[in-house]
Amino acid sequence: MSGVRVLVGTRKGAFILTSDGMREKWDVSGPHFGGWDIYHMKGSPADPNRLYASQTSGWFGQMMQRSNDGGKTWEAVGNKFAYEGIPGTHQWYDGTPHPWEFKRVWHLEPSLDDPDTVYAGAEDAALFQSTDGGHNWLELPGLRGHGSGPEWQPGAGGMCLHTIILDPADRKRIYIAISAAGAFRTDDAGITWKPINQGLRSQYIPDPTAEVGHCVHHVAMHKSRPETLFMQKHWDVMRSNDAGDSWHEVSGNLPTDFGFVIDVHAHEPETIYVVPIKSDSEHYPPDGKLRVYRSRSGGNEWEPLTKGLPQSDCYVNVLRDAMAVDSLDSCGVYFGTTGGQVYASPDAGNNWSPIVRDLPAVVSVEVQTLA
Amino acid sequence: MIRVELPAHLRSLAKVPGEVQLEVQRPVTQRSVLDSLEERYPILRGTIRDHVTLQRRPFLRFFACSEDWSHESPDAPLPEAVATGQEPLLIVGAIAGG
Repeated sequence: MSGVRVLVGTRKGAFILTSDGMREKWDVSGPHFGGWDIYHMKGSPADPNRLYASQTSGWFGQMMQRSNDGGKTWEAVGNKFAYEGIPGTHQWYDGTPHPWEFKRVWHLEPSLDDPDTVYAGAEDAALFQSTDGGHNWLELPGLRGHGSGPEWQPGAGGMCLHTIILDPADRKRIYIAISAAGAFRTDDAGITWKPINQGLRSQYIPDPTAEVGHCVHHVAMHKSRPETLFMQKHWDVMRSNDAGDSWHEVSGNLPTDFGFVIDVHAHEPETIYVVPIKSDSEHYPPDGKLRVYRSRSGGNEWEPLTKGLPQSDCYVNVLRDAMAVDSLDSCGVYFGTTGGQVYASPDAGNNWSPIVRDLPAVVSVEVQTLA
Repeated sequence: MIRVELPAHLRSLAKVPGEVQLEVQRPVTQRSVLDSLEERYPILRGTIRDHVTLQRRPFLRFFACSEDWSHESPDAPLPEAVATGQEPLLIVGAIAGG
């Protein structure tokens, strides 16, 4: 019997939600690591029982947790994230040089092939890799060492590397995104990187079409079309058909093109999802209506999905890593809110219901489809 | 025997129910106590002081004998009452946040 496991990171702990393939009845496990910020949890594609969790705290710094049994038990692994060489500086909010300082891991991306290999996206922005199951972490310094590094600036949430996408067709190609530097790509397994921001336009920076400085919120890819990328930028929903070498806007008829999440249907590479948010100063849905928007044409033409979602007095946010899809025959779509709800749709977004309503603020949602 | 009181989250990480007792060679300093603590409980490395700089995390404070030792040199000898185990070294988390 197939099933799904939903990994939910919140401001006060981790929760694991499981169901069979019907996705009607759910078992809720947690909180794990109660009281800690769980920025992200993700399972290994090569071994679904191998999970990694980024556990962090303003008081006690970074912890990294690993499970070998699908989240029933956990062990702390390595939490030393040291920048390679002399860290140097990036720009602070006021434009002055500021030393690179490790704060936390925002995103974990396990290797597609090896359960012991996992990438970690850090604040201040850097990419780390472990090849021993999380015990030891080494920076891939070519990214931070890119010549534009001293020009990078933090977004309001910090200068975080929040998106890591591994190309299933080319193991040497990795995409990452940083707020507020932009998107980057390596074609040599992380030795060298290039900014891939051509076509982005950001009115809030001195040169709206600059090579770096764009506040990319999230990027998504369908595994069958690894050169097609979809991006939710601070403002604008963008699309690239050439592995990020160029982008064009596909915001189309969205009520607002500000937002954080974006994801792709598991079986339809031109079906994408966003959750429009009113503005960057009002982090809640327009008109108090929580609506997922779906495009079946890869952007531009969008339809609101509302069945089962609150359509009045709703003022939650949906953060950048808080949407995911399963790969059951009828694609399930999931997202979590800052109000503590995790909503699920077992039919590609047509109908929604909350799995849980009252968790701490949800930071991240990942889904594992279990055989 | 040195006595150390940890914040609740660090007690959970270290799987200790209460006060920690450590053998520490003299001179007893913040550094020698933390070195000993981290050697016995490696999971605490990086949680009280930064891995690389060994600087105290900003939301933690060190108290001993009703005095704030947070800004003293890590190599300054702690009070004799701490060195003899009469008083604990308190590692205290800031009352902040939600």
